[in-house]
Amino acid sequence: MTPDVLLCVLAGVLVGCGVHLLLARSVVRALLGFLLLGNGINLLFVVAAGPRGRAPIVDLGAGPMADPLPQAMSLTAIVITLAMTGFVLALAHRSWQLRRSDLVENDPEDARIGLRALANDMSESDFHGGVDAEPRPGEDPDPGGAR
Amino acid sequence: MTLLLLAHAVAAVAAPWLVRVVGRRAFWLLAAAPAATAVWALAQTGAAHSDTPPRISWTWVPSLDLRLSFLLDPLAWLMCLVVGGVGAAVLVYCAAYFDEDEPGLGRFAGCLTGFAGAMLGLVATDDLLVLFVFWEATTVLSYLLIGHRPETKAARSAATEALVVTTFGGLAMLLGIVLLGEAAGTYQLSEVLAAPPTGPVVEAALACILVGALSKSAQVPFHFWLPGAMAAPTPVSAYLHAAAMVKAGIYLVARLAPGFADADVWLPVVLGVGGLTMLIGAWRALRQHDLKLLLAYGTVSQLGFLTVVAGVGSYNGGLTALTLLLAHALFKGCLFLVVGTIDHSTDTRDLRELSGLGRRWPLLTTATLLALASMAGVPPLLGFVSKEMAYDTFLTAARAGSVADGVVLAVLVTGSVLTVAYSARFALGAFPTKRGLDDTPVLHPPSGALVGVPVVLAAASLLAGPLSTWIEPWLTGYAGSMPAADHRVHLGLWHGLGWPLGLSVLTLLLGALVVLGRDGVEAVQQRLSRVPSASTAYRVVMRSLDRLSLEVTGAVQRGSLPLQLGLVLGTLVLLLAGAVALHGISWPADVLWFATPADLGVAAVAVVAAVAAVRSRRRLRGVFCVGVTGYATAMVFVLHGAPDLALTQVLVESVALVVLVLVLRRFSGRFNDDSTRRQRVVRTVIGVAVGATVTLVALVASGARDAPPASTGLDVTAVDFGGGYNIVNVILVDTRAWDTMGELSVVLVAATGIASLVYVRGNQVHEHNERLRQARARRRQYTRPLTTASSWLAEGQQVPAERRSVVLEVVTRLVFHTIIVWSVYLLLSGHNLPGGGFAAGLVAGLALTVRYLAGGRAELQAAVPVTPGLLMGAGLFLSAGFGFVSILFGGRVLQTWIFDVSVPLLGKLHLVTSTVFDIGVYLVVVGLVLDVLRSLGGHLDVQIEEDQIRRARLARGSSAPPLATERQVLR
Repeated sequence: MTPDVLLCVLAGVLVGCGVHLLLARSVVRALLGFLLLGNGINLLFVVAAGPRGRAPIVDLGAGPMADPLPQAMSLTAIVITLAMTGFVLALAHRSWQLRRSDLVENDPEDARIGLRALANDMSESDFHGGVDAEPRPGEDPDPGGAR
Repeated sequence: MTLLLLAHAVAAVAAPWLVRVVGRRAFWLLAAAPAATAVWALAQTGAAHSDTPPRISWTWVPSLDLRLSFLLDPLAWLMCLVVGGVGAAVLVYCAAYFDEDEPGLGRFAGCLTGFAGAMLGLVATDDLLVLFVFWEATTVLSYLLIGHRPETKAARSAATEALVVTTFGGLAMLLGIVLLGEAAGTYQLSEVLAAPPTGPVVEAALACILVGALSKSAQVPFHFWLPGAMAAPTPVSAYLHAAAMVKAGIYLVARLAPGFADADVWLPVVLGVGGLTMLIGAWRALRQHDLKLLLAYGTVSQLGFLTVVAGVGSYNGGLTALTLLLAHALFKGCLFLVVGTIDHSTDTRDLRELSGLGRRWPLLTTATLLALASMAGVPPLLGFVSKEMAYDTFLTAARAGSVADGVVLAVLVTGSVLTVAYSARFALGAFPTKRGLDDTPVLHPPSGALVGVPVVLAAASLLAGPLSTWIEPWLTGYAGSMPAADHRVHLGLWHGLGWPLGLSVLTLLLGALVVLGRDGVEAVQQRLSRVPSASTAYRVVMRSLDRLSLEVTGAVQRGSLPLQLGLVLGTLVLLLAGAVALHGISWPADVLWFATPADLGVAAVAVVAAVAAVRSRRRLRGVFCVGVTGYATAMVFVLHGAPDLALTQVLVESVALVVLVLVLRRFSGRFNDDSTRRQRVVRTVIGVAVGATVTLVALVASGARDAPPASTGLDVTAVDFGGGYNIVNVILVDTRAWDTMGELSVVLVAATGIASLVYVRGNQVHEHNERLRQARARRRQYTRPLTTASSWLAEGQQVPAERRSVVLEVVTRLVFHTIIVWSVYLLLSGHNLPGGGFAAGLVAGLALTVRYLAGGRAELQAAVPVTPGLLMGAGLFLSAGFGFVSILFGGRVLQTWIFDVSVPLLGKLHLVTSTVFDIGVYLVVVGLVLDVLRSLGGHLDVQIEEDQIRRARLARGSSAPPLATERQVLR
């Protein structure tokens, strides 16, 4: 198959710009990045569809038809992007309502895990405290029988 | 058979309810299910041993050759008897063992009954994959039963241990099953065994299957989970860990032995592991003080014994294995239940504390001694019969000159000597009156089922010994499928004076010696107890895994979203760069620089807009720039023959733009994340790298493709089977309708998320519903045309005067219905022309958007006086219901039917049933837009107005009462 260089480059530019925005701390900026990314990826479906042709509608016009399968795949993706947009906006709005800011702060739980890893703190493991700290099997008698 | 499985399933599901209603007596009712298995197996005795055993088979997943097939051959028959008989006995015992107020008894009863059903399916199925399903079901149920008391740490860790070990084995087994099934070309056990495949792949498959079977049957080095599993209530130990589940591995070994005992991997593993397990288990049992642990290690040992005889793959071995299996189920089931009774009555199982029980409980003691004698191989019990057969089997082989069989015989004799010793340890520890020890206080004297069930099992052991010659014909059916030596073993008490009898006597004598010298044995054991055990290895492995996960999580997951995304994207770039570095890159032979000159113009606009979006510091500017790229993408779709995509993209872009503006009015005008120069540089570098990678991949991948498109031929099938000319639409509503349904669900979930994030408090939802009800009521009152009212719109007068625009209202009034009619046209014509449910729904959504923009939230409610949930629910219901209806009419799920009806005046009407599906899509999409407008438009309006009032009141002084206009807003 012969690739369409212009579309490949355009998809790359949109994805690159999308990634730039996606890496921002602001949810709205990240959302814009996500939309750009989505547009770029939808273009990749056009690239995958191969040589350009007429609309994939039987008996409508003459000449080779464009590949309908990638079109069907990206059609639902476009609608889901709309749903995603609404959802992320609702998230951003909630964040703004509570804190007057739409920035994503660092996750404190992750930070805690990071600190534990640094301190080699295994206290939350079931197998913490060496191999003999476990109750030996059967040491706790079957409680069902104890009356 | 199917009925029995269903009965177990129903009983298991009903068990919690039964226990709640009738208390622990529910176990009597539940026992009917496994009892029915045993009775059914008895009724089928003749058929099972005939040339054509009962078989049923239903196709389940034809593409995997997966069939729900069941076959009651002699081996399955015996297993059904054991599983059903012991299962019923244990369930009856449970009725007396547990107290009425035992927490979680309902769940326990359900799990135990379900387990009996899973076990029945496991032994009766003829399909390897179905066998695996039941196998894993027993694993999970065993986990739940061991963890019956989840509040104790011992129970939790024992349950996890059993689960981890047996699931590990199960996964290995699945691998083996797939290898074996593919090598044999069928997954039907009977067909595989009829023509067993050979070769290195089969050897590997057998090794994997043996790992599964041996881990399930607690063989070395997986044996440690079984003593740990003694944290389960004793009836569970009796059933799962003595009679049924641990026998599943033995069953599988016995099942495969007729076909695969010749394989290179088979005998060394089965005999080696089995023999070692027999010795280690018995040796460990000798040093236990807890009666239950003693039995657990004893079980490990006996399972080793069973593995050896079941795996040997000869007539003699097979017959011995079945006899031993039966004997073991009877005596070990009885012994576990006795331990349960002792524990229940005296609150201890420690043989150092028990004293004087034998004197006070003669009946139970007699039964126990019988069972112990059977375990030790004392005549005339069934255990003796089976042990002598085992000696005879290996003696015959060893005398034929096989050194290996001689070694195995020596192992069996040694193991049996130790068995005699630990049986005696049990008897001498539990029952006699000991000097210097007061009689153990008895809290409740044992009675009823607590004594009755063990006595029945022990009596069966006793009777089965002398009657064993009568049992033999029912066991030879399985053994007969394997090669027989000249000398055949037989069931029976007396085979004349000979080597086997001599070895039996020797075993008992040596056992007596070990008992006499037990102090010396204990001293040796003490010295050897420092040897690291397999369970230590298990804990070290698990701890290292925990450690690894902590370090990896700590290193990778730093809690910063940009960093996390950067890592993911960086990995993408590095992986592909690495692949290029390793393998080089194959550039496409021929490229097309651009398809049309128009493409160049569109691309230029898109690139400028994208870069501007990145550089914009104002939110709205960014939104508009991104919107431009969206419209440019739609242009590309038009230029490349995708009108459906272009239409949808333009519509989505428009709705999204409105929504973004509606929400962003609440935000600050500028972005509030001022990043440093360094951060921007890093983001640019990653962005350029990812963009370049994507371009490269697109070029190389599409250039490398030489296969014809998967959609070849769709232009014919779309018309013939899908009844439509627009192939894209046919794909959406017919070819890939399942996919579309999944995507509709995603849309629904997202819409629910939006509503729940905006309507945070419950009363806000009630207020909204109340306003909808009022809107519906007002709608019913409109009898005259709206144009004679004071407004162009239904609720136009509710908009504050300074914000009303007559022009907008008039235009809305004029175009709304036109747009709706157009959307219906798009919906109905979409099967043959550009359009379809998605685009039509968006068009209708845009019409609603116009209504909202012109007349506010009240207008929106007047336009569609129902909740979006109703629309979306109805839509999904239509789509899913359509799939269901096509099954009812005998078609496949979501199959399309085409009707041509001729209607007077209209002419011939071409009806395609998938239009119903498309209407569902339409409703879901309209619901989505309505939900977005209602939440992010209407409800945000309310919040803004509330804020304004609050600020105004603050300015006036907060104690001032709200003005009349304000009350109206807050209503």
